[in-house]
Amino acid sequence: MTLTFEDLQGIARIEEDRQEGFRHRIHVCVAAGCLSCQSGLIKDTLEKEVSRRGWENWCNVKGVGCLGLCAAGPLISIQPDGTYYQGVQVSDVSDVLDSLGGEPLSRLDCSGQLPFFQRQKKIVLENCGLIDPERIEEYIGRAGYEALYNAVRLMTPGEVIDEVSAGGLRGRGGAGFPTGLKWTTVFKAVNGTKFVVCNADEGDPGAFMDRSVLESDPHRVIEGMAIAGYAVGAAHGFVYVRAEYPLAVKRLRTAIAHAERFGVLGNNIFNTKFSFKVEVRLGAGAFVCGEETALIASIEGRLGRPRPRPPYPAEFGLWGYPTLINNVETLANIPSIIRRGGSWYSGIGSESSKGTKVFALAGRVNNTGLIEVPMGTTLRDIVFDIGGGIPGDARFKAVQTGGPSGGCIPEQYLDLPIDYESLAEIGSIMGSGGMIVMDEGSCMVDVAKFFMEFCMSESCGKCVPCRVGTTQIYNLLCRISSGTAEPNDPARLEDLCDVVKRTSLCGLGQTAPNPVMSTLRYFGEEYRQHIEDKTCPAGVCQVGGVGEV
Amino acid sequence: MTDRDYFKGKPRTDVNPVRILTFKIDGRDVTAREDETILTVARQNGIFIPTLCHLDGLSERGACRLCMVEVKGSDKLFPACVTLPRQDMEVMTDSPRLNEYRKKILELLFSERNHVCSVCVSNGHCELQDLAVTLGMSHVRYEYLYPRHTIDASHDRFSVDHNRCVLCLRCIRVCDEVEGAHTWDVMGRGILCKVITDLNQPWGTSETCTGCGKCVHVCPTGALSEKGKSVSEMSKRRQFLPYLEMMRRESRK
Repeated sequence: MTLTFEDLQGIARIEEDRQEGFRHRIHVCVAAGCLSCQSGLIKDTLEKEVSRRGWENWCNVKGVGCLGLCAAGPLISIQPDGTYYQGVQVSDVSDVLDSLGGEPLSRLDCSGQLPFFQRQKKIVLENCGLIDPERIEEYIGRAGYEALYNAVRLMTPGEVIDEVSAGGLRGRGGAGFPTGLKWTTVFKAVNGTKFVVCNADEGDPGAFMDRSVLESDPHRVIEGMAIAGYAVGAAHGFVYVRAEYPLAVKRLRTAIAHAERFGVLGNNIFNTKFSFKVEVRLGAGAFVCGEETALIASIEGRLGRPRPRPPYPAEFGLWGYPTLINNVETLANIPSIIRRGGSWYSGIGSESSKGTKVFALAGRVNNTGLIEVPMGTTLRDIVFDIGGGIPGDARFKAVQTGGPSGGCIPEQYLDLPIDYESLAEIGSIMGSGGMIVMDEGSCMVDVAKFFMEFCMSESCGKCVPCRVGTTQIYNLLCRISSGTAEPNDPARLEDLCDVVKRTSLCGLGQTAPNPVMSTLRYFGEEYRQHIEDKTCPAGVCQVGGVGEV
Repeated sequence: MTDRDYFKGKPRTDVNPVRILTFKIDGRDVTAREDETILTVARQNGIFIPTLCHLDGLSERGACRLCMVEVKGSDKLFPACVTLPRQDMEVMTDSPRLNEYRKKILELLFSERNHVCSVCVSNGHCELQDLAVTLGMSHVRYEYLYPRHTIDASHDRFSVDHNRCVLCLRCIRVCDEVEGAHTWDVMGRGILCKVITDLNQPWGTSETCTGCGKCVHVCPTGALSEKGKSVSEMSKRRQFLPYLEMMRRESRK
């Protein structure tokens, strides 16, 4: 089956009529966070109750992707009123139904969280929480696959790439490489077999942006991949997703099957000679497989270990063919850029970093959850407005961005507009978007130790500085936190961090010392207190406890 | 094609004209084919760059990080064994900074496992030991980790002592690329990595091992040795590798 533009609009119109036929639409969040607190059961109960009351014709219950405010789950939203309910229990179901059309239930209402919903700007997450991720019709109803149609029918590959370049989109995996430039490189590589790979091996502790996008709006990523495939001349795509995300994998597979049935994937898409297929490959839990050369090795079925670059995957990738590797969020931006134009996209964000960024807000903050803000938003806005501040009025201490490759940002930089350059300048990185807020109850030595332990156990062991260096750094940090360190241990730490950073083979090792170096830089006093005064100001480390036992 | 035909056709425009390039190593002008690495060219010109995982005749891994060199105009360090030269590049193979990094990497290797030379079969014939002498490593500034590793002496003629292993993976490469048996592989991650035979079976029970002994002779330390050799008696013979490589290249022509 090949779709025409009229077919696409027809599907969208039917879907719109269907939605408008319901006087009330109850959206129950069925992303992993809310599912884990029984939102699935709530959805079933709502459905049963609706059919028991005989309301099926005017009241619709559906599961949707992430509503964002994960801390207050299970969440439901009532459309078209725009009411949000938090912490819904099965026992609340009949009250929720009774209140339809009248005053919202005050005990569940989230209206106190207005800044959380209003301060965000949603591009990647524009459909999250609005559409059922397991129905392609709903995605098409939200102008889905229109961008793919425009690209393959009305634009040349060069024009598609120009549009992406004009938008100023930069890689959302963390390093911020200009996406248009990467596409051009693969486009220019010798003709013949090429591949598009979507990197969904999100492994940073505390990060769940890619998972939420795949769980809430999988078609968006597929459409982005197909457009990328058309632009660079690839006919085959792989999504490399970690096996720890079973729900994302399931929804992605469903989405691929639907897309194939509707003809937006497969041969001769929209009656052109462009063909594109997508396959899912599962990662087996190695953090290093998010590194592009290790990821390639893993897809090929070899040991997931990085190799030196150059040659870069754009030139020598999967099975030696030119390969485009983009992160989930990068690809999820593509349909909007093609549909609304590069100049629209470049109007959002800061001078050097365009568009929006999705962050997974976690740690000691009231509104933990998934947020999307324009580049250039300050940390203060994110933590105190959108995040709702620190619970219990505790004092803010630091924000950790970029996971094990990033750093800790102290209070003095709260008003810094966030973009790739500003974060790099103060010793952290944008990373994939994990943002962990810490208050005075967090010990920075302990935080550094946690991330170093992560890097040590996730180091693949190929190159010497990363394999042995991370272990040595971890041991030193253990000594400091247990109170058995010597006064010159911080100097040793710095020296080791420098060796690992400078001489490691891949990005994992080169960035592994960042959490240690940034805490040494901004919280050196805390290290000194551990070493000289044998105290942990935050009361986390058992300083001196080990020696006495 | 006769000589005269060259003048009839169009000039060649399909290739990058830079096939042979010139660049500098330590201020000396050198020439290279564009597919030769900096390390190869340095060795051709008698310029010393320390290496451990590299071995002529095996594929490159770029893993030991001892061959790091500096390139003028860049703050980064480049592994000479996998970096291709560019026209007019200026490579520095020796500087106090490089030497310091190399020594630290070597010290990390010494701290990782048990490398007590005085009781090692390869004492005096060991590349790790030689590197320590050449680079002037006088002590190890890092804490010794000394994990307890096993020794597998189940093979009739060879034994493997994991305590001496530096994970250069030459054994894996020679077994796979030259012998074609792929008996060796690596298991685990990070500091827990270990070379294994078959699927971590005792070497003596391996059904894929041909008993050729190539792995033993490419091993830079005393990790792989022949049985019956006592302290300092295990010297390695590697002449076969460049020879085998040359013969294979000839036969492919």
